[in-house]
Amino acid sequence: MVSIKDVHKSFGDLEVLKGVSMDIMKGECVCIIGPSGSGKSTLIRCVNALNDIQGGSITVEGQEVNVPNLDKLELRKKVGMVFQQYNLFPHKTALKNIMMAPIHVLKQDEKEVEAHARQLIKKVRLEGKENGYPGELSGGQQQRVAIARSLAMSPDVMLFDEVTAALDPETVKEVLVTIQDLAAEGMTCILVTHEMGFAKEVANHVYFTDKGVIVEHGPPDTFFNDAKDPRTQEFLGQIL
Amino acid sequence: MLDIIGPFFKNLYDTTGWNFIMFYEQYEYDRFVDAMWVSVKLIVACLIFSLIVGFIGAWGQGAKSKILRLSIAGYIQFFRNTPPFIQLLVFYFVIGTLTPQVDMGGYNEAIIGSFGWAVIGMGFFAGAFNTEIFRSGIEAVPTSTVEAAEALGYSRMKSYIYIIFPLAFRVCLPALNNNLVNLLKTTTLAYGIAVPEMMYTANQIWSDNVNVPEMMIVLFIYYIGLVGILVWGMHRWEQKMRVPGYG
Ligand SMILES: Nc1ncnc2c1ncn2[C@@H]1O[C@H](COP(=O)(O)OP(=O)(O)OP(=O)(O)O)[C@@H](O)[C@H]1O
Ligand SMILES: [Mg+2]
Repeated sequence: MVSIKDVHKSFGDLEVLKGVSMDIMKGECVCIIGPSGSGKSTLIRCVNALNDIQGGSITVEGQEVNVPNLDKLELRKKVGMVFQQYNLFPHKTALKNIMMAPIHVLKQDEKEVEAHARQLIKKVRLEGKENGYPGELSGGQQQRVAIARSLAMSPDVMLFDEVTAALDPETVKEVLVTIQDLAAEGMTCILVTHEMGFAKEVANHVYFTDKGVIVEHGPPDTFFNDAKDPRTQEFLGQIL
Repeated sequence: MLDIIGPFFKNLYDTTGWNFIMFYEQYEYDRFVDAMWVSVKLIVACLIFSLIVGFIGAWGQGAKSKILRLSIAGYIQFFRNTPPFIQLLVFYFVIGTLTPQVDMGGYNEAIIGSFGWAVIGMGFFAGAFNTEIFRSGIEAVPTSTVEAAEALGYSRMKSYIYIIFPLAFRVCLPALNNNLVNLLKTTTLAYGIAVPEMMYTANQIWSDNVNVPEMMIVLFIYYIGLVGILVWGMHRWEQKMRVPGYG
C-alpha cells in the first residue's frame, strides 16, 4: 500500500531524514513514535508530497511520489491527512468543511456529497454540530470534523500527525476512539503519536525514530516489552 | 420632479438670494441630473476596476515568476508614490494621444474617451493600494490552513478561490473600506480631463450663474450621501461575511 525506501530529506544543510524505510500493508495501522525533532512529521508529510524528498522513493498504491511532474491530485485523492492544529476552514460550517473538497476537487454531485457528509458526521459522533462553525466547536470536536473532512475524499490511507497533542486528556479519548473505529474497519492508518496506550492497543506495528533514522520497530508487544536498542529503552523509560 | 421642487427653490432665490438654479430651471436641472449619473457610473466603474486590478495584483505577487512579482512591485511603488492627478493627466494626454483613433464618419474619435481614461487611471491608482491590502489579507491566512487545502487536493487556483480569498477578504475589509472611500472621493479629479461628472458640472454651473457657495454646499451633500451609501453597503457586507468565532 505505502512503501517508503531509503528516503533522504534535507532542509538546506540540515539533514532531517537519513535513509528511512518502511512498508505499510493495506488495512494496517502503524504508529511512529520518537523524540521531538526526530523527523516524524517530515516523514509523513513526504508521503503526500507536502514535503519533497532528495533521495529514495515513496510509492502509494503503486504511484511513485518522487517524480518531477507528480500528479498531485491523484496522490491526494488516495492520501488523507489530519493535522495537530485541525486546520479547518474557519469560514465554513462543520458540514460544509466536509463537503467542500469532494465538490470542488472531485466535482461530485452536491446532493450525494451532502448525504455522505452526514453519514461521516454520524460516524465521528458529531450529530447536531453540522451547522456549527469551527470557532464554535471544542478542540476535540474540531479534530473529528477534520477527520471526517479527510474521509469525505474516500482515501486509501490516512495520515495522522500528533492529532491529539493539542487536546486535553478528556477529549483525547473521543478522537482516539474515532481513529480506532477507522482502523477496525480496515482503513490503512499511519499515525505519529505520543499516546503509547493507543499504540499498544491499536497499532499493528510501531516504529521508533531518532535523529532521522528508524532505530527500532516491531509489533507492539515485542516493541514495548522487549526493546533492544538503548535509545528506545531510554525513550520508553521516560514516557511510560 | 422639477414641478415639485421648482417653485420652492425659485421662491428661495427670490426671497433670500440663495440660487440653487439647477433645482428650478430645466436646462441646469438636466445637466445636473446627467452629472449625477455620470459620477455614479464613474465611481462604480472605478471601484470594480480597482478591485479587479487588486485581485490580479495580489494573485501575481504570490506567483513563481520573479519578473511578474518585480513588475507588480514596481507598479505599486509608482502608483502609490506619485499624485493621482498627474497620473490621470499622463493617461489622458500622453497615453491617450498614442492610442488609435476611429473614424466616426467625418470626424475622428479616440477609442478610449476621457471617461474611459478616468476609469483606467484611477482604477490603477486605487488598484495599487488594493493589491497591497489584499496581499496583507492573504498573508494573514495561516500556511497550515493552505496546506490543509493542498492535502485535500486543492490546486493553487482553487485554494485561492475557495479558501484564501474568502478568508483574506474578511481580514482586509476594514482597510479595503477606507481605500474605496478614498477612491470615491478621488473620482472628482476626473474634472481635470473634462469628464462631465459632478465636480465638472458644478464648476460649469457656478461659472454660468455665479453661485459658488450654493454649488459647494450641493457638492458636499452629494458626496457625503455617496460615501454614506458606500460605507453602509460595505458594513452590511462585513456583517454578512462575519463568521462566529473568527476575526
Ligand atoms: N520547513 C522547514 N524548514 C527547515 N527546517 C525544518 C522544516 N520543517 C522541519 N524542520 C526541521 O526538521 C527537523 C524535524 O522536524 P519534524 O517536524 O519532522 O520533527 P518531529 O519529529 O515531527 O517533531 P515533533 O515531535 O516536535 O513534532 C527539526 O529539526 C526541524 O527544525
Ligand atoms: Mg511533528
